[in-house]
Amino acid sequence: MIRVVLPHHLRTLANVGKEIELEVSEPVTLAAVLDALEAAHPMLRGTIRNRNTGRRRSLIRFFACGQDLSHESPDAPLPAAVASGAEPLLIVGAMAGG
Amino acid sequence: MATVRVLVGTRKGAFILTSDEARQAWKVSGPFFAGWEIYHIKGSTVDPDRIYASQSTEWFGQLIQRSDDGGATWTPVSNEFAYEGVLGTHQWYDGAQHPWEFKRVWVLEPSPIDAEVVYAGVEDAALFRSDDGGQSWRELPALRKAKGSLWQPGAGGMCLHSILIDPTDPERLFTAISAAGAFRSDDGGQSWRPATHGLKSNWELPDPEAEIGHCVHSITMHPSRPQVLFMQKHWDVMRSDDAGENWYEISGNLPSDFGFPIVVHAHEPETIYVVPIKSDSEHYPPEGRLRVYRSRTGGNEWEALTDGLPQAHCYVNVLRSAMAVDALDSCGVYFGTTGGQVYVSPDSGDHWTAIVQHLPPVLSVEVQTLP
Repeated sequence: MIRVVLPHHLRTLANVGKEIELEVSEPVTLAAVLDALEAAHPMLRGTIRNRNTGRRRSLIRFFACGQDLSHESPDAPLPAAVASGAEPLLIVGAMAGG
Repeated sequence: MATVRVLVGTRKGAFILTSDEARQAWKVSGPFFAGWEIYHIKGSTVDPDRIYASQSTEWFGQLIQRSDDGGATWTPVSNEFAYEGVLGTHQWYDGAQHPWEFKRVWVLEPSPIDAEVVYAGVEDAALFRSDDGGQSWRELPALRKAKGSLWQPGAGGMCLHSILIDPTDPERLFTAISAAGAFRSDDGGQSWRPATHGLKSNWELPDPEAEIGHCVHSITMHPSRPQVLFMQKHWDVMRSDDAGENWYEISGNLPSDFGFPIVVHAHEPETIYVVPIKSDSEHYPPEGRLRVYRSRTGGNEWEALTDGLPQAHCYVNVLRSAMAVDALDSCGVYFGTTGGQVYVSPDSGDHWTAIVQHLPPVLSVEVQTLP
């Protein structure tokens, strides 16, 4: 199972806890995880990826295993520790600054 | 006994304020959608328990929420706003052409005859319609053909912020877009034309009487007299007696004719309200005195309404969608400020009190009058 941690507002919107688990078939890519997330929780469509372009919203970041994966290809395999469920994929609302 | 339900959209969530006919004691509910910007929240007149809310943030984009029980519970409906056909371009700040790009929903306007029909005005400016209570949206793309390539964003974005539906002929629609102008359709949105003849923007446009480019801040009508429109423009308060074919100025003795909202009394079609703001450079009341101005003559002759409003050191603004009226026998007038106050006058503007004083900045105020 893939572990995903959502930011506060999206947890509230999807009515889920901090961490959720998703069944994702191989290869485990960011796009595959987000597809599974949106299929399980349709109200999240458009909140992480632009509804019309499919691109990451500019103030959303993807972290895992101490790395920022936000600029990786959505079709690149995620780290093995994420694919195995040892580590979660963190979906983060970027700092507002100030 | 009738009640009123005031729907308040703020920078950090929605609030619902309810009272009986006296409008003295209020119950405050919320925040709903805490932490999200609620650009607009409005109920259906056909089914008052049906309420729509536009919920967004820069982080997580746009959501549309719907309540079928008067705001007690909410369900997300579709947030898919896909422009139809060839995307097209509009003017950008540097003079180049820029492709249309959806950003957010500024206004939701439920149909006056069908609870399932609701219109959405969006940024980048376009009009969408849902026939299934928000479960799906389709663009009415002809609006962008009304010289859309000449539209360009103002400082607040290229937003379609006002939608009027003629209650006697729902095929007749009016929209207003910041820094583009006002537009009219007589066929349910299948075709559109600019409705700007008579507007003058002496300081904002190289051709002050250009057909496109006027910064319309809000438009309104009285449902009993839909051929008469009122407009608060960037500068100038305007009126049309022929459904937007021609406009003329009714600013009269206002201390400033810059402002954002304009509303009509529920029972007196010639009684209108504005909140003058000092200037486009200083978005607060002249002399730091918060005054609503009322005209009982359809414009030109205005009186200041100050009883209960701060008359010193007040530097809030009242945004375009943040003023509304109820339909009780003694018409109530309401407005919200960027300082987080929501004021009510239960006597057509003669006396004002603050219902709440410390909400987040208020973006919109709508009122439902319930039997």
